[in-house]
Amino acid sequence: MAAPEFPNAAIRLTIASTPAHLAVVRATLERLGELIGLSDTARGEVVLAVDEALTNVIRHAYHGAADQPIEVTFQPTRNADGARALEITLRDWGERAEPAKIKARDLDDVRPGGLGVHIMQRCMDTVQYAPAPERGTFLTMVKTL
Amino acid sequence: MSHADRPVQSVRWAGPDDRTVIVEAAGEIDLRCSAAFQQALLEPLEKNPQRMIVDLAQVTYMDSSGVASLVKLLSRVRRGKIELKLASLTPRVRSVFEITRLDTVFEICATVQEALGS
Repeated sequence: MAAPEFPNAAIRLTIASTPAHLAVVRATLERLGELIGLSDTARGEVVLAVDEALTNVIRHAYHGAADQPIEVTFQPTRNADGARALEITLRDWGERAEPAKIKARDLDDVRPGGLGVHIMQRCMDTVQYAPAPERGTFLTMVKTL
Repeated sequence: MSHADRPVQSVRWAGPDDRTVIVEAAGEIDLRCSAAFQQALLEPLEKNPQRMIVDLAQVTYMDSSGVASLVKLLSRVRRGKIELKLASLTPRVRSVFEITRLDTVFEICATVQEALGS
C-alpha cells in the first residue's frame, strides 16, 4: 500500500486575543499533528510551544485586551534537508516584539513566570521574530517531523 | 460548569488529625484558568496543613501559567514549612515539568497513595 499523501495545504485561523480561544487552537493543532504524522511527544511539544507563543501575544503585544486579532497559520512543509516539517506562523497587530530583548531566563532561578520563551525554544527547531508591516509581529516556528 | 471555570474539583483532608490536604485538579490549565487555579491552591494554606498533595491525574494539559501557579504555591509552602507533593502527572503534564527542569524542584509521586505513604 502506498504511503498516505502528506497533506501540504495550509490551515489558517483568525482568533481573538482571548484566553478562551487557546483551547480551540490547541485542538486544531492536535488533529493536524495526527494527520501529518507527528508523534505524540512532538504533538505535545508543538501544542505547548504555540500555546506559549499565543499567551505571550495576549499578554505582551495586546496587554491583555481580549478582542484583538491573531492570525495563526499551520503550513505542512519540508525543511532545507527535504524532511517533512510543520511551519507555524503567528501574526499580531499589537506592540512589536523586540527580538533582542526576548531571551529565555535562567531555569535555576525558580520563580513564577517567564518560562514561555524557554519552552518555545526547547520544543521547536527554529523560532524567529520579524516585524510585520505597519505594526505587529510575525513569529515563525518550525518543527521537523 | 466546565473545568476551565473550576480547575480544582475537590479539596479533602486526610491523615492523622486531618493535617494533610489533598487538592484534586482537573481539565486544561492554561491562561484562561490559571488565576483561579492559583487561588484554589493557596486557599487551603489558611487552615495550616502539615502536608499538601496536589492530585493532577485529571489534568490533561498544563502550560507555563499553570506551572507558575504551582511555583507560587511552592514558595508559600516553603515559607510555612509545609510539605508539598505533586501526584499522578499524565505524561504530557510531566513533560512540561521536565522541559522547565522543575521536575527536580518539586517532589513528584506516581500516585496519591504513594504521596500519602512517603
